[in-house]
Parts: sequence; C-alpha cells; structure tokens
Amino acid sequence: MPLIEVTDLRKSYGSRVAVHGVSFTVERGEIFGILGTNGAGKTTTVECLQGLRRADGGTISVLGLDPVADRAALTRRVGVQLQESRLPAKLRVREALELFASFYPDPADVDVLLDRLGLREHACRSFGKLSGGQKQRVSVALALVGQPELAILDELTTGLDPHARRETWELVEGIRATGVTVLLVTHFMDEAERLCDRVAIFDAGRVVATGTPGGLRQSVNASTLDDAFVSLTRSAR
Amino acid sequence: MTAFAKITATETKLFLRSPFMAVAGLLLPAVLLLAIGAIPGMTKPSEVTGGYRFIDAWVPSLIVMSLAMLALQSIPAAVAAYREQGVLRRLATTPVHPANLLGAQLLIHVVVALAGIGLVLGLADAVYDVPLPKHPVSFALTLVLGTVSMFALGLVAAAVARTARAAGAIAMVAFVPAMFFGGVYLPRPLLPEVVRRIGDYVPPGSQSLQDAWVGTGVQPLQLVVLAAFAVTGTALAARLFRWE
Repeated sequence: MPLIEVTDLRKSYGSRVAVHGVSFTVERGEIFGILGTNGAGKTTTVECLQGLRRADGGTISVLGLDPVADRAALTRRVGVQLQESRLPAKLRVREALELFASFYPDPADVDVLLDRLGLREHACRSFGKLSGGQKQRVSVALALVGQPELAILDELTTGLDPHARRETWELVEGIRATGVTVLLVTHFMDEAERLCDRVAIFDAGRVVATGTPGGLRQSVNASTLDDAFVSLTRSAR
Repeated sequence: MTAFAKITATETKLFLRSPFMAVAGLLLPAVLLLAIGAIPGMTKPSEVTGGYRFIDAWVPSLIVMSLAMLALQSIPAAVAAYREQGVLRRLATTPVHPANLLGAQLLIHVVVALAGIGLVLGLADAVYDVPLPKHPVSFALTLVLGTVSMFALGLVAAAVARTARAAGAIAMVAFVPAMFFGGVYLPRPLLPEVVRRIGDYVPPGSQSLQDAWVGTGVQPLQLVVLAAFAVTGTALAARLFRWE
C-alpha cells in the first residue's frame, strides 16, 4: 500500500479553485517532489495532507489514515516543516528542540539530533540570531524530533545561498537514509532533479505529469528538468 | 513534564527575556504609587475626593493600569505575533493543540497582573496606610470579573488582528477608554459627573473596586454589567479566534 494516496482532490476558496482534481501516490522510503510555480496548488494540497484544511472532494490517505478524522494519530507520525513559519526570536535552539520533543510520545534524543543537523555549536543561540541556513536546519530538526515516518518539507531552500542550499540537500538525503519518507515541496527544478526519486508537476491546480525526473525529461526530449517543466506546463495551458 | 507545563515554562522564559512588558505590568503601577505618594498633599484628606486622601482614591486606578497593560497591550501583541510568525500553525501540525500556547500566555499574564496588583496593595498598606479592602469577598469578585473581562477584550483584539502591530492598534480601542474611565489619566473624582457615571460600568470596574475597598458596598448592577462584559467578550474571542 502506498504511504500517501491522493485521489481526485479538490479544494476551492470561495470562487477561486486552488486544487482541481489532483491524484498521486507516494511510496514508502522515497523522496517525492511536488513541483510547481507559486499558486499552482502545491501548498493547498500539502495542507490537506496534514489535515490543516478540509478538502472539498476526493480522498486522501496518509499512512493509512484520514488526515481530518485521524488528525491526532497523524500528527504523531508526520513531521512538518512549514513555509514561512518562524520561531520566537528569543527562543534558543536547544529549548525549541526540547519543547517540541515534549509533544511526542517517543521523541528523538535532542543531543543526537543537534549533532546530526550540525546545530551543536548553535544550541544556546537564539533563533533570531541564526543565519537563514541555520534556521532551516532548526526547522528540519523540529520536523524530525518526533521520529516521524513521513517528513513534509515545504519550500525548504527558498531564500538560502548556494552553499546553504547544498548543505540542506545533503540533509534531506540523510533523512531518507534513516528510512523516513520525504515529501518535498519546491519550485526549484535543480533541487528536485538532485533529490527526488519521483515528482508530480503541478500547474494551475492540476497534476500535469508524474514520474522520475529522468523520465519526464525524456518524455518531452528536454535536456534539463527545468526545460521539461516549462514544456509540460506550457502544453497544459 | 506535560506538554502544557513545558510550554508554560518555555513561555515564561521568553516573557522574562523581553522584560519590558513584565516590568511595565508588574512594577510601573507600584512605582507610580510611590511617586504620587511622595507629592505633598496627596496623602492628606481632601474635599475634592470626598473626604478621602487622593492616594486612597487612586489605588483602584493603578489596578486598572496593571490590567490594561497586560490584558490590552501585552497579550494581544504576543498572541497575534505567534499567529503572524506561523507559530500557531506550526503547533497545529504537532500532537499538541495551539490552545495550549494560548493557555500558557493567559496564565503568565494573569499571574503577572495579580502580582502587580498585590504589590500595589501591599505597598499602599505598608507605606501610605491605605487599609486593605474592607469587603474582601466583593473586592475579589470584582477583581475576578474585571480580570476576565479585560483579558477577554484583549483576546478579541488578538483574534481579529493579523499582525502584532494591528493587535496593538485594535486593543487601543479598549485600552484608552479603560485607562480614561478608570481614572488613570485623570483621577476619577476630578472627572465630570457623566463621565464618572459611564466609567462605573467600564471594565475592569474601578468604582466597584473602590466601593469594595472603602466598604460602602458594591452596586450589583455594576457587577452584572462587568459579568456581561466578561461573558460576551469570552464568547466573542472564542468565536472569532483563528488558529492559523
């Protein structure tokens, strides 16, 4: 059984249709990319997966659970990094990890996590004083502190410099190596090509293509995923 | 430690790391009490204040000030900031509901407000011989209703504001009247009769506090109005509050 199964998901805000019949599956142990430009319906889809929003139609199964009806059970098994979510500026890194660890029945060891994410030397620094890359590492650490089976990472490297982006990519590969399935939401094609086993390309609330980055390139004779993305989303317009 | 206890401990640390509000709510009323008391004439009975000393008439206003700063300035900004920063939303994806964070904030602010009020009462008694409230039960009842109504109004502001800045601005709508009618800007005995009569019914009920204090007996209608503010405000805040 797939870890995530989305069938004909629909969601509107008033008269604006955000998600227009989206279907895809994510297998256990893969890094699955949700690709698309801003407003393509990526974040709405992910919010429905997390149970933060109630879908208007279609079915969603995450770890065999209904995100809305079984939200309590789901939150214990899914770790989340949200786009544009900050921590209080004066909260220290270790305090944040210890706080979030107290939310879960079987949390990761905070010291082990600090080492793993290279945050040991920053453990006593305030969140507000960290660099962009360090902040992202903290938010990844918070997503992992509950020892989740699935990690949902939304726009993880937006706003990071090239070095910090590459470090973050290594981190994501490290997460998968520990057996955690990763759902990566991004609009960076190089990131998806480097990290993702499979991707779903979103455009205007629909999935226009699903497959491996290599397979999608070949399907439209493109040399990069970037070119493939442009060609696939253009033909859908 | 339960998640709520852990959140409360962490929030307390954060509260103390930005001590401006803590200091303002806890110490400013006490400092003002000492400053006003040091002015000659403030501690002598006066006809303007109906035979009481000015300082006797002003202590309830200091309670108003403590509650107004914490309930109508500090907590709306803090809670709206958590929404603005996405902290409430982030918590919603964990097994712990963001209501725990709101509860921790309320607990901390109420404790600081009561500590500030306790400090004013203690100092007024010790330094200026302002006797403790003559009707402690009705004083406590008024204080509970006043505290609930003020924090409910503060949370209504936090509920409808998208940003911390907006929360502060919205809360001003309640903050300024509470301070004005509560006699913080101008002592209540000096306010025009009509303003004073309106002020009798404005949270957190400084006239009722005063009446309970000097023992003339609290007007039931004033308490009923205060209770109505508390109930309506709480219901409105609960209805309007968005966790995201």
